[in-house]
Amino acid sequence: MLEHSNNNHLKPLTHWVNLQQPLSFDDYCQAGGYMGAIAALQQSPKEVLDIVKNSGLKGRGGAGFPTGMKWSFVPMFEADDEDAPDNKYLVANADEMEPGTFKDRLLLEGVPHQLVEAMIIAAYTIGANKAYIFLRGEYHLAAKRLQHAINEAYQNNWLGEKIQGKQFTLDLYVHCSAGRYICGEETALINALEGKRATPRAKPPFPQVSGLFGKPTIVNNVETLCNLPHILKNGIEWFQAISPNSDAGSKIYGACGRVKKPGLWELPMGPSLREVLYDYAGGMQDGLNFKGLLPGGASTDFLVEEHLDTPMDFDSIAKVGSRLGTGGLIVLDDKNCPVAMVLNLMRFFAQESCGWCTPCRDGTPWAVEILSRIENGQGNLADLDALAQLCDFMWIGKTHCALAPGAVEPLRSALKYFHDDFLQHIEHGCCHYNPSMNAKRTHVAQIHLSKTPHSSITPTPHKAGQ
Amino acid sequence: METIDITTIDYQHYLTALEIATIEHEASIMETREAAGIEALKVVQEQRGWISDESLYAISDLLAIPVAQLEGVATFYNLIYRQPVGENVIHLCDSIACHLTGLDSVLAAIKQYLNIDYGQTTTDGKFTLLSNACLGSCDKAPAMMIGTKHYQHLSPESAIDILQKLSVTGGDNA
Ligand SMILES: Cc1cc2nc3c(=O)[nH]c(=O)nc-3n(C[C@H](O)[C@H](O)[C@H](O)COP(=O)(O)O)c2cc1C
Ligand code: SF4
Ligand code: FES
Repeated sequence: MLEHSNNNHLKPLTHWVNLQQPLSFDDYCQAGGYMGAIAALQQSPKEVLDIVKNSGLKGRGGAGFPTGMKWSFVPMFEADDEDAPDNKYLVANADEMEPGTFKDRLLLEGVPHQLVEAMIIAAYTIGANKAYIFLRGEYHLAAKRLQHAINEAYQNNWLGEKIQGKQFTLDLYVHCSAGRYICGEETALINALEGKRATPRAKPPFPQVSGLFGKPTIVNNVETLCNLPHILKNGIEWFQAISPNSDAGSKIYGACGRVKKPGLWELPMGPSLREVLYDYAGGMQDGLNFKGLLPGGASTDFLVEEHLDTPMDFDSIAKVGSRLGTGGLIVLDDKNCPVAMVLNLMRFFAQESCGWCTPCRDGTPWAVEILSRIENGQGNLADLDALAQLCDFMWIGKTHCALAPGAVEPLRSALKYFHDDFLQHIEHGCCHYNPSMNAKRTHVAQIHLSKTPHSSITPTPHKAGQ
Repeated sequence: METIDITTIDYQHYLTALEIATIEHEASIMETREAAGIEALKVVQEQRGWISDESLYAISDLLAIPVAQLEGVATFYNLIYRQPVGENVIHLCDSIACHLTGLDSVLAAIKQYLNIDYGQTTTDGKFTLLSNACLGSCDKAPAMMIGTKHYQHLSPESAIDILQKLSVTGGDNA
């Protein structure tokens, strides 16, 4: 069925990766690069769109939205159509600031031409003449390598005017972000590209219709885009045959935390959590036991031992109450405190909230305050109810973007699976994971509790408000 | 407090020819001059280390962006410094993978060695310590970034070693 002689067909995204010295334009072409773009340019944009739609490719940026469907919302025009906008835009989302996620970095640093080729295909399909790679500011090496690949693509008539002799113009730029997690949210990203504060936009209108500078815009994750050259080159059946599972293609899975071999592995969609954790990440470091994990970055719900046989595809992970997210496991061991872990995550969300929606702007620091108190042994039982209530306040539909619901996911699941740990902190007035701190903390806790027994359920007034 | 008379700021004299040329190039490829604002802040910061009030006013003047709006942008983004910083700015990752693998001890060692806390600069002006969201080195945690360089698999000893070397050789501002 597959003409390849080794396993490389199962890892199309990464088998050209070379972190020391990525493939030059010539070597990339020699290896079979730009064949997908050639295939795309030989067909009409509509035909390419159908291929992407039928391939079953879903977004790898976290939400798993079908890529072809997303593109089909972009209005298409005839060449002589007076209503046609003077431009449309394509943006590769390379912001990658979700804690515990480091997969796009591998593709950006290891095989930059693959992303350039992918963006040519995507821009051709949606009719965009200008494209941006929105790169997080800390990825300096990626910026250098991408710019080099872009220059080579210009030199070889893969960017610029009349690409490969076709009536197709594309300019591609790298925008290095000035750093903020919210820039990864696609409408916030668009504001950042326009030189504004990166606050998300109210939807509708959706960016596909009115995005960057008011023009139709598609924002796709780096990994999503990098599938395109291979789908165009090898076809839909090949792509679907990679995975035995309902989700097509491969996925870059990862693991971090105190496992034996943290790292990244491109695998056919849907290995079990157990496989990734034990076969690839090597299980827990010596002397540690597995306690739980976040399956796809910081804004997904905890899963525990009983879930380990769940396949890591979008639907299966959703069925057990979490999300595939970015596919990077963050693994918690039995010697790290789950309350401290959630506190660290919540601090991140509180710091990175853009401040537009009250539940998020005020809810995340409030949750930080309560969690700090519990971790320090100064919490009380009412705090647990207050946290549960905050989870409700910040849930989907109550804020403009998914940052706040993302912050809720690890918290609400920790309250469920690690309830005993929260209780122990409260009942013993200390963190039993960090005994060296206990004497001091117990002391503080008693003073605190005797003076203000119920302070924990009253929100602190905010600076600006009063 | 010193006040600045913004009506007398003349970017032609304040910004260097190189800064203006780089910013103008950026503005020429964007649809609006406003869209070059973030890049302009980065360009000036790269030359001067941080964004002073004068720099802010000059960029606002050059790109015709209201000062208040540009200030909103400058203070929104983590990698724009609105205060003077040391020769080396340490961006220590304080996100989850680093937390789980020993951030606390690395942080304690750095704080003790430099005798500063987050947000502070050493008295000799060599180092500023900042926290950073996940640096994308989670499989090689704990991690930090100084200049354009990423350091991984940190231990308290290796972190101090890196700082010691930097205080001798100066910064990496490539
Ligand atoms: C707070 C927040 C941060 C996000 N950060 C990223 C990111 O860094 N990279 C990314 O690809 N998607 C990120 N997303 C998801 C994007 O909004 C968007 O769904 C994605 O880029 C779409 O690409 P896809 O359809 O190819 O998955 C983020 C979403 C939110 C709410
Ligand atoms: S949910 Fe939070 S980050 Fe998202 S728009 Fe609202 S305030 Fe901003
Ligand atoms: S959490 Fe520190 S590098 Fe990702």
